[in-house]
Amino acid sequence: MKTPFIRHSKNGPLQIGASIPRHDAYSKVTGQEKFAADYYGENLVWAGAKRAGIAHGILKKVDCEKALQVPGVLCVLTHEHISGTNRQGVVRKDQPVLVNDKVRHRGDAVALVLADSEEALKQGLVLIQCTFEELAGVFDPEEAMKPGAPLVHDDIAQNVLLHGEIKTGSGIEAEKESDIIVEACFSTPHQEHAYLETEVGWACVEADGKLKIVCSTQTPFRDRMEVAEALGLEFSGVRIVAPYAGGAFGGKDGVTVQTLLGLAALNAGSRPVKMHWNREESFISGTKRHPARMYYRLGAKADGTLHSLSVRLYYDTGPYDHLGGVVLTLGLEHSGGAYRIPHVHLRGWAVYTNNPIGGAFRGFGVPQVNAAMEQMMDMLAAKLNGDPLTLRLRNALRKGDKTSVGKTLVCSTGLIDCIQTVSGHPLWKNRNAWKSEAPRFKRRGIGIAAVMQGSGYGPVVPDYANAKVELTVEGAFRVYCGVVDMGQGNASTNAQITGSILGQNATSIELVLPDTDRTLPSGSASASRCTYTFGNALIGAAEALRKRILQRAADLFMVPNIEEMVLVNGAVKHLTTGREIGLSQFAQFLNDSERISVHHFRAPVAQEDLGISANLRLHGMPHTLFSFGAHLAAVEIDELTGILRIERYMCASDCGKVINPQIYTQQIHGGVGQGIGYAISEELNLERGTILNPDLSTYIIPTAKDVPDIESHAIELYEPTGPFGLKGVGEVAMNGPLPAIANAVADACGTRVHESPLTAERILRALQSKNREKTG
Amino acid sequence: MNIQFRLNGKIMEIEAPPDRRVVDVLRKDLGLTGTKESCAAGDCGACTILVNGETRLSCLMLAAQLQDREITTVEGLSNADSLHPVQAAFIEHGAVQCGFCTSGMVLATVHLLTRNPYPTRSEIRAGIAGNLCRCTGYHMIVDAVEKAAETLASEEDS
Repeated sequence: MKTPFIRHSKNGPLQIGASIPRHDAYSKVTGQEKFAADYYGENLVWAGAKRAGIAHGILKKVDCEKALQVPGVLCVLTHEHISGTNRQGVVRKDQPVLVNDKVRHRGDAVALVLADSEEALKQGLVLIQCTFEELAGVFDPEEAMKPGAPLVHDDIAQNVLLHGEIKTGSGIEAEKESDIIVEACFSTPHQEHAYLETEVGWACVEADGKLKIVCSTQTPFRDRMEVAEALGLEFSGVRIVAPYAGGAFGGKDGVTVQTLLGLAALNAGSRPVKMHWNREESFISGTKRHPARMYYRLGAKADGTLHSLSVRLYYDTGPYDHLGGVVLTLGLEHSGGAYRIPHVHLRGWAVYTNNPIGGAFRGFGVPQVNAAMEQMMDMLAAKLNGDPLTLRLRNALRKGDKTSVGKTLVCSTGLIDCIQTVSGHPLWKNRNAWKSEAPRFKRRGIGIAAVMQGSGYGPVVPDYANAKVELTVEGAFRVYCGVVDMGQGNASTNAQITGSILGQNATSIELVLPDTDRTLPSGSASASRCTYTFGNALIGAAEALRKRILQRAADLFMVPNIEEMVLVNGAVKHLTTGREIGLSQFAQFLNDSERISVHHFRAPVAQEDLGISANLRLHGMPHTLFSFGAHLAAVEIDELTGILRIERYMCASDCGKVINPQIYTQQIHGGVGQGIGYAISEELNLERGTILNPDLSTYIIPTAKDVPDIESHAIELYEPTGPFGLKGVGEVAMNGPLPAIANAVADACGTRVHESPLTAERILRALQSKNREKTG
Repeated sequence: MNIQFRLNGKIMEIEAPPDRRVVDVLRKDLGLTGTKESCAAGDCGACTILVNGETRLSCLMLAAQLQDREITTVEGLSNADSLHPVQAAFIEHGAVQCGFCTSGMVLATVHLLTRNPYPTRSEIRAGIAGNLCRCTGYHMIVDAVEKAAETLASEEDS
């Protein structure tokens, strides 16, 4: 149970549209909030996984003898101790919990050690000896598709997990009618989530035999099924509890520690077990943003009207599906950007390799293609000798237009307003003056990018939520949150929605965080859908409870119409007479079942038949709800070192109406911050599947000195299907920084760097080759 | 070994191996889980504590180094009735998202504002650059530090 933060100055009935401090801020700022990482307990067992350490090979033998001799090591478990399927995964269940035949990347878990102390665990893990027959690996998606390349999964030809193809209009044939063609290839790196709370959980088998797992996760209800299946348990025999996560961003969308922890707890008697991946293990075994290689050909008419687009995408999904097929599908859907393009031929491949696992990460396949498409737009503008902003305005999607996969936009569409907010901004209007003031040995550039992000699960997989609200016997309202709060603040928003409908202050709202035994299944914390889907369900539950309370109070007061009754903080009031009854007293009149209200909501999906293959539809194409934005970056580059500084950053976003401006802006800032890291410094350096920079001193995420102030504007169009008119805001901002910064760098340097991140080395190389061109 | 120090104002006497990491003493032995651990290598600042009023990383500090020192963790900054102005500013100005960097960030701010009570935004950014945050993009943290500085300055004046 969460006690609400009450000491803020804006105490009063919660209202939609108000910047109310978050419910969890007090407990977090005082160190009281208990994360999964903070669970210990008496008689604790420590569990840890022995990682394969080779990229590809057949497991021949696991020798545990020496490990078992370490004092404090309790047992060593292998796949032979697993009675379920020993497989996990979201779509294709192709990942072993513990390797039973083949190792497919260095982070595969081969054995599980249980020990009385962390020290004994460490020693035990070192002393396990594995024998492998090593196999040749594949480390590049295009190489992996060639005939004769080693297969990561024996049953998957050419290592292609998913191939998708979309043709609209006359496809690539239409290129002939284009006056101008721009062609380029872009590549983007693996990005690490680098949440501060690494993968962690705590588990025990309770007295009734139920396996309870408290873990840092985005998907408690899906975890329950995965754990049960993999370990051969009944669903009802597993309980997942999800406290506030210390960051997740997609990296906890699916099982991390859960199944291993469950297996450990099943073998630890009734002792509690803890597993906490250290930072290096988080790098090696956790999922990453898919690296992508993207071949683009964009055709336009002489007046700048986009006419044709041909795209080939290669997404490196690593050794397991995880969500790789879905990520690629979202990439394909967004590969034409936020523009009208009548003729497209889009092809994409999600390809297995022996690199780290590709998975969900804020933006979910879109930041890659958006970076490519938005750079294509600038290249096209340059070729047309035109203005990049005007070119975008000319082609920007409006409501009723078709996206590049042919989906007609029926949601609120504020892209043009976003672009116009940028065009009216002094940073854009005065850009030439600002650039001309660059100091000696510095170059300045301004770049822009449009962004678009679909939300929800697409046309097939049901995107639903079940909200539950209870009037407690103490007279408070308890909200049973079905969707995880991984830091984005949706639990607070749930309190705000409930309080606004039921007339309550923050003090009168209690939150129950996701728990498969207490809250109701409501899908994952992902896909920019948390508040959209759960919020809609919550409105239904709170409204129904409000009506019930008012009706019963009207009965009690012998008042004929419920319109005369109103809920105020802690009481129901008769407006005409001013008579009140406290909610704690009122609750005594209700039967237990009357105090609880439940409501189900399922998100609308695209209805039209666009001829998209059943497999791509299953993987989420097309979406029907989109958020939009336009970003601007102002950069300064040191000509002598290539070092890039982002001097100014602004963006305008259309994510519908805003329920809490502070939480909304937090999401925009956070997306921009991670996007800046993606643009300027973050990449995994890999050598045959080994990460050479598996720590935060060599994998560089932005510090406070790397990110400038971020100016964020909300274009608040009302989305009729959204709760109070909102759309998702969690991901869309992530898509802006890389292309905006890349375009700014190209503007400053007069040459483009096609490979990101835009490190000093890459920029300097580009400047030097540009100089050679000039002098040569 | 026997180690005596002051923790959040209280005199403490503990038995611990001299090479036990302070973050383990705090979190696992004393149950003060407000101090977080994220990288265990001194890269991220999540485990920041105050030692005689100055920031130190508890993942790089050993138990023996606690002897005779004055230690403040996030739990020691406030009591049930009142928050430290830095904590209040973090809440009010949206500096908290997932919260895992928050303890360290708050303590780094407390030390920054004792060194430099009137920092510019750029000095604030430099002052907290040793504390990584993956959620906020830092903007609202910088806002909160600015506001906390104002509050502390006005408390000083009155």
